[in-house]
Amino acid sequence: MTYIVKPQLHHPTLTKNKVGYTRRDYEGRISTLCAGCGHDSISAAIIQACWELDIEPHRVAKLSGIGCSSKTPDYFLGASHGFNTVHGRMPSVMTGANLANRELLYLGVSGDGDSASIGLGQFANAMRRGVNMAYIVENNGVYGLTKGQFSATADRGSKSKKGAINSDSAVDLVGIALQLGATYVARSFSGDKAQLVPLIKGALAHGGAAFIDVLSPCVTFNNHAGSTKSFDYVRQHNEAVSRIDFITTKSEITAEYAAGEVIEVQQHDGSMLRLRKLKDDYDPTDRLAAMNYMQSHAARGEVVTGLLYVDPLATDLHLSMNTMEVPLASLGPQELCPGKAALDKINASFR
Amino acid sequence: MTQPIQATNDFVIKFANVNGSGSASANELFAKAVIRMGVPVAPRNIFPSNIQGLPTWYEARICEKGYSGRRGGVDMMVAMNPQTWDADVAEIEPGGYLLYDSTRPIPPSKFRADIQVIGVPLTEISNTAYTDPRQRQLFKNIIYVGVLSVLLDMDASVFEKLFAEQYKGKERLLDSNVQALNLGRDYAKRHLKHPLGIRVQRADNVGDQILVDGNSAIALGCVYGGATVAAWYPITPSSSVAEAFQKYCEKLRVDPATGRNKFAIVQAEDELASIGMVIGAGWNGARAFTATSGPGISLMQEFIGLAHFAEIPCTIIDVQRGGPSTGMPTRTQQSDVLLCAYASHGDTKHILLFPQDPHECFEFGATALDLADRLQTPIFVMTDLDIGMNQRLCKPFEWDEARAYDRGKVMSAEDLEAGKDFGRYKDVDGDGVPWRTLPGTHPTKGAFFTRGTTRDAYARYSERGPDYVYNMERLLKKFATAAKIVPQPVVKKAAKDTRYGVIYYGSTTPAMQEALDVLEADGGHFDSMRLRAFPFPESVHRFILEHDLVFLVEQNRDAQLRSLIINELEIDPARVMPVLHYDGTPITARFIVRAIAKAVREREKPATAKEAA
Repeated sequence: MTYIVKPQLHHPTLTKNKVGYTRRDYEGRISTLCAGCGHDSISAAIIQACWELDIEPHRVAKLSGIGCSSKTPDYFLGASHGFNTVHGRMPSVMTGANLANRELLYLGVSGDGDSASIGLGQFANAMRRGVNMAYIVENNGVYGLTKGQFSATADRGSKSKKGAINSDSAVDLVGIALQLGATYVARSFSGDKAQLVPLIKGALAHGGAAFIDVLSPCVTFNNHAGSTKSFDYVRQHNEAVSRIDFITTKSEITAEYAAGEVIEVQQHDGSMLRLRKLKDDYDPTDRLAAMNYMQSHAARGEVVTGLLYVDPLATDLHLSMNTMEVPLASLGPQELCPGKAALDKINASFR
Repeated sequence: MTQPIQATNDFVIKFANVNGSGSASANELFAKAVIRMGVPVAPRNIFPSNIQGLPTWYEARICEKGYSGRRGGVDMMVAMNPQTWDADVAEIEPGGYLLYDSTRPIPPSKFRADIQVIGVPLTEISNTAYTDPRQRQLFKNIIYVGVLSVLLDMDASVFEKLFAEQYKGKERLLDSNVQALNLGRDYAKRHLKHPLGIRVQRADNVGDQILVDGNSAIALGCVYGGATVAAWYPITPSSSVAEAFQKYCEKLRVDPATGRNKFAIVQAEDELASIGMVIGAGWNGARAFTATSGPGISLMQEFIGLAHFAEIPCTIIDVQRGGPSTGMPTRTQQSDVLLCAYASHGDTKHILLFPQDPHECFEFGATALDLADRLQTPIFVMTDLDIGMNQRLCKPFEWDEARAYDRGKVMSAEDLEAGKDFGRYKDVDGDGVPWRTLPGTHPTKGAFFTRGTTRDAYARYSERGPDYVYNMERLLKKFATAAKIVPQPVVKKAAKDTRYGVIYYGSTTPAMQEALDVLEADGGHFDSMRLRAFPFPESVHRFILEHDLVFLVEQNRDAQLRSLIINELEIDPARVMPVLHYDGTPITARFIVRAIAKAVREREKPATAKEAA
């Protein structure tokens, strides 16, 4: 099918953010996904997050792989450049893009087939390198575009729509991200926008590798009884460890919560994450504890959501590479070409 | 008794060593000393896919005329490896010379009667002079260079000067190297008949040429050409491209004010990630490249198709080795031509550059980055192990200070603001090359969704036949544009009019040039054409049609470039006769002369017989 034109008529009374854009300016083309798809809710959350963060849309580069999830960047941030790459290899393209221009915000959107099956290696290595990015996996445990095969995040014992039982262990992307050094790791649910929007805002403002695993039920192929990625299953097993509020600057903090219930984390750019702890025994700044917590709760069949881990002093690939402050892509011959005199010297060294 | 070979400034000396023994720098010292005497040398490493303990050879062709192709045959063997003794001794030409370590007696049956045998107790000399085991090993190599310098009548001063340059500020190393050299020289002067029938005599045939390997050259070309992002995965024989790029960047590309790097190099997790990063960087406006070899290109196929179809600039340096599969990782071939020309699924064609030597590696490294931006597509630089990993005497690198980077058709914020129509895949200039925008250019205009799926001229997803065909036809037009702007072939007319032509490319060049001289001296005249790029310009077609028969000389089994020519130019295959060398060693003039002379003889024989009848 070809694309559908979306009317661009804006209601004059729509609220504008600080940079002068309405929420609708962050929209993209009309989605071609199935009605009720969890992915569309995530797109809406991304739009909301970017609008609330006062990000100029063209300062975002959105990248994706292949699959239902990877089509979605066409459905939000229409004024941003997007790149729908190849299956499972978006992380490398995003890494290269980021190296070329460190001034843009990098938003990666992928799926569970894309990141956990064909692209597990690239997913792992991008986390390991600390690419400054917000990497969202829209996780439904199933291949949609090819009509319902299991992906690598499908839980062992879960049942496909056609009745097949998955006998392979599930790839735990959150566990991998934590282990490999991602500095912002969260899990959420496409049906919980109140939780998801601040998590995306936090990820976009984070100064290193930020990963959000968003359970996003596939209404067509994976929303039946026996599936562990259905709306009903996720709702019943959702164990939120925290609620986060995202605040752009410290000054905006208002005392809404009782002492002891709230953790405040200041990120690189000065933005604050205020975490309302829902579990007393959870500390999202302790990576080892987070890994342990995730494992033990997963063993009980619980789906732990919320901001699972954050390192507010995160570093990124540019810091490890000691690159210039300005984008490498902006440099010209003046800055890059060593010139004839240097070449003559080099020639002499080869004689 | 066979007469000893007599040759001044024209012989082949081969060093048989064990890899990891430190012989490489001693052998290079020898080659540089010959060059400093004004005599051209073409050295080659012949090495195994191994770190330590296996046989390795260094073959230096000393040739006053400057032929840098491999000659074939060995006039003098420096046999330092007992493992390969029999084969090494057998390889010496009758009347040739054998220099060996006589510390341990070797039975007479292990020698040949028709060669000159020169025994020097190298281990004994070294062990007497040094106590440290590593020094004993390393200086043994310098000692044999010292012996050789006397046997071949070379000036000690040349070596001393080289040492002085190499160990500037490291006086202890300088002294000990000079000492080791003199240990060898003194022994040779006292105990050996010298000089030999083969010798080096001062000449003036080197000029301002430089001795450098192609991998370093291409890396430097990428520095000069403005590459800022490099992503790679280690693979022989290309790894030293990325390593040299790193080395040159650290020297030439660190901002003096801030100490910050004007480059980013990632050793990726595999070749797929390498090319992915290069494409990401190219999409975002940086000049980027990867260096790999055949197996890496195989892995990159899907991404290459994406860069071709989504029209992303990227540069891929393919240092070819022996295929298929893991093949011969440390041997040379030109066997990735078709793989690269038609890389990825669907109807694809790519631009290939064929540098002939390190000088052109430097030049084409920078040119590839320009072409990638101009044509918004992958550019392959097709070098090989022979050029890449061997030092070659060549013209010095040149850079025109006035040279700007050709960034191609990139729309600016001002263009967009002025209301210029932007269709990412629209041919507005009639050359098939569309305009692009870089991410972040303008708040409301010029954004589009880059994808490998089909789309219309405005980058909107479309599976409509006419949209698809428009795009595919435009890509063909772009390819035709490329044929006009890639490096053009170099034609050399024979001294006399001839019905025969030869076409060759890349590392075959030095052997071919020598072969043409040999053939001509024997009355055989051939017009020659050196291809420097694919797509082929019209001149290639004409050249073939102007001759009754054209020999296509290349280093693979299946005559890949010939297939490409026949296919792309719709040439009658009978007009192009393949001359193929593919055993993994660099092609020689002797091989080419033999093959072409035989073919010409056979072709002309029946006609003569008919005439006689």
